[in-house]
Amino acid sequence: MSDPATHEPERLRVVLAKLGLDGHDRGLKVVARILRDAGMEVIFLGLRQTTSSIIAAVEQEDADAVGLSMHNAGHLTLGPKMVRALADAEIDVPVVIGGIIPPDDEAELLENGVAVVLGPGASAEEVVQSVRDAVAAARP
Amino acid sequence: MRMEDNQRRDSSDNDSSEEARQKWQEAFDASAQRSVPFETMSGVPVDPVYGDAPFPGQYPYTRGIHPGMYRGRLWTMRMFAGFGTAEDTNARFKEILRNGGGGLSTAFDMPTLMGYDSDSEWAEGEVGRAGVAVDTLADMEDLFADINLGEVSTSMTINGPANVALAQYIAVAEKTGVDRNRLSGTIQNDILKEYQAQKEYIYPPRPSMRIITDMMRYTTAEMPRWHPVSISGYHIREAGSTAAQELAFTIANGFAYVEAAVAAGLDIDDFAKRLSFFFNSHSDFFEELGKFRAARRIWARWMRDHYGAKQEKSWQCRFHTQTAGVSLTAQQPEINIARVAIQAFAAAAGGTQSLHTDSYDEAHALPTEDAARIALRTQQIVAHETGVAAVADPFGGAPYIEWMTDEMERQAEDIFAHLMEIGNGSILEGCYAGIENGYFVGEIADAAYRFEREVNAKRRIIVGVNDFTEGDDDDRTLLRIDATVEEIQLKRLGEIKQNRNSDAVAASLAALRAAAEVPDANLMPATVEAVKTYATEGEITQTLADVFGRYTEQAIV
Repeated sequence: MSDPATHEPERLRVVLAKLGLDGHDRGLKVVARILRDAGMEVIFLGLRQTTSSIIAAVEQEDADAVGLSMHNAGHLTLGPKMVRALADAEIDVPVVIGGIIPPDDEAELLENGVAVVLGPGASAEEVVQSVRDAVAAARP
Repeated sequence: MRMEDNQRRDSSDNDSSEEARQKWQEAFDASAQRSVPFETMSGVPVDPVYGDAPFPGQYPYTRGIHPGMYRGRLWTMRMFAGFGTAEDTNARFKEILRNGGGGLSTAFDMPTLMGYDSDSEWAEGEVGRAGVAVDTLADMEDLFADINLGEVSTSMTINGPANVALAQYIAVAEKTGVDRNRLSGTIQNDILKEYQAQKEYIYPPRPSMRIITDMMRYTTAEMPRWHPVSISGYHIREAGSTAAQELAFTIANGFAYVEAAVAAGLDIDDFAKRLSFFFNSHSDFFEELGKFRAARRIWARWMRDHYGAKQEKSWQCRFHTQTAGVSLTAQQPEINIARVAIQAFAAAAGGTQSLHTDSYDEAHALPTEDAARIALRTQQIVAHETGVAAVADPFGGAPYIEWMTDEMERQAEDIFAHLMEIGNGSILEGCYAGIENGYFVGEIADAAYRFEREVNAKRRIIVGVNDFTEGDDDDRTLLRIDATVEEIQLKRLGEIKQNRNSDAVAASLAALRAAAEVPDANLMPATVEAVKTYATEGEITQTLADVFGRYTEQAIV
């Protein structure tokens, strides 16, 4: 097992990616700049990533969290799949999901190990704080 | 082109106001009229147009492309639909036709849009989710079952594998006894905006342009009622661009297709009349109105003066409009109905040829049937109750609107000048260069971030999001896509693969590959033959990718 990343809340390292085929990347790019403005290090993978390409980036970049953006109604399959893949790789970093997520699906995602679900219209402060909280909660 | 030159030229080109009015009157009198009273709600008769030359239907068409605009025919109310299996979407299509919608519009799921079959590892979790899954001709047959393709007009929103979808549609029609020359509709097929904004590309830009020019050659020769490219700014705007960037990038892409088609040997006046555009209608009513009017004027000027088109139809910018999905709020979703109404009114006042109105629940999920009905009713209210259909270009001549139209054109001309510069005098080359060097995606991402910061700082108020937030209610009915769709589709695809003649499939794919390797061969006939053997979309796409390669974008923030 790799050592859990231990960067300060102001200097967290976050991998941002679109998992799967969905090409809506406006939200992910805006979030990337919001996190950077808050002092975080963003590893921006962009479009068409797989669970293995994301895990490789987390390991290589010693990341503290994974942020996924979903707009194509695939979240109930892909969100838990990412959580399982990280667990299988014995990597303990939280998964934060944003995008078009119906409120009813939020509970199911959380039950399946997703740390935070950010809905449309979340403010910059909410985005930054939820990443910090998720990382803090994941640390022993 | 400088604007002062344009203005001088337009006024010297046009007849004196009196002559222009007389010509307009003759054209108007010769056009058909709907048999409804054109008067105010209080019974006062109104003229078909007010103000000065140039009149609607007259170059440069700032005021509309028809002399009588909606007095002759209302815009087509074209509602976009697609989810689950082909059979589910077929039922929604029939519902739309029963409800008085004039045309069908198909949304495909993500794997289909990216050229992957439902059984590809890339497809997991996305089959039938955001649109309908179409793997083989069999799915296209189900999609249009019991609908006479000779009588409807169909819009298909697909780009990377557009050649496959068009071939499947042609094959369905021919199997049901409808000749391809009777088919009416539009296939989006606008690959340039995929690299710039929507990101649903397959091959690199240049081979993709070859496929598009092949389709333009094919439809020009064999499908006179078909629109082979719908040049789309909608996605550019949704990705975060400003109104002027949407206008300029879209029209520039239009110029690029014109240059590519002419280079492929087509006569501009043979195909330009079949080009159409697709714009977004956002909430700043006045800016949108200026954008729509400027789009017509710019297209007319450049097509006539820069590209040398000689027929009026080649100068006319025809467009579809969709209200701004990105403006819909997840908070208090029912207030989106008001946003959609304002945006629909802007599209109508802006002279659109067809309109899709978004459903209020789309910030959460694909629309429920009820929400989609309310959206259609919204544009029916605009059409039948507001009076906007009685008078062409009803805001034309207002100083603010004329200024806004000029301002939109000025900003667009600056962007064209930049593309001309990086393309060494060619807009097509400028588009390739701007895709390669990240110009388009960078400009769009900057604008999106600027907007987000303004909302976040409350310099810009979004009702229900950063102000007036009381009243949000969590109790909502949303469309649930049945999770068994993926299973059903996989089973169906498996059966088709089992039952088809695999020798015929292999032979047709080999013929397609051979055509792809010859740069001036047309890919369409071989694509049509391949789909008829029930070769899958994924197999056809992979065959072409073996020759053309696959495109990946450099991830930049």
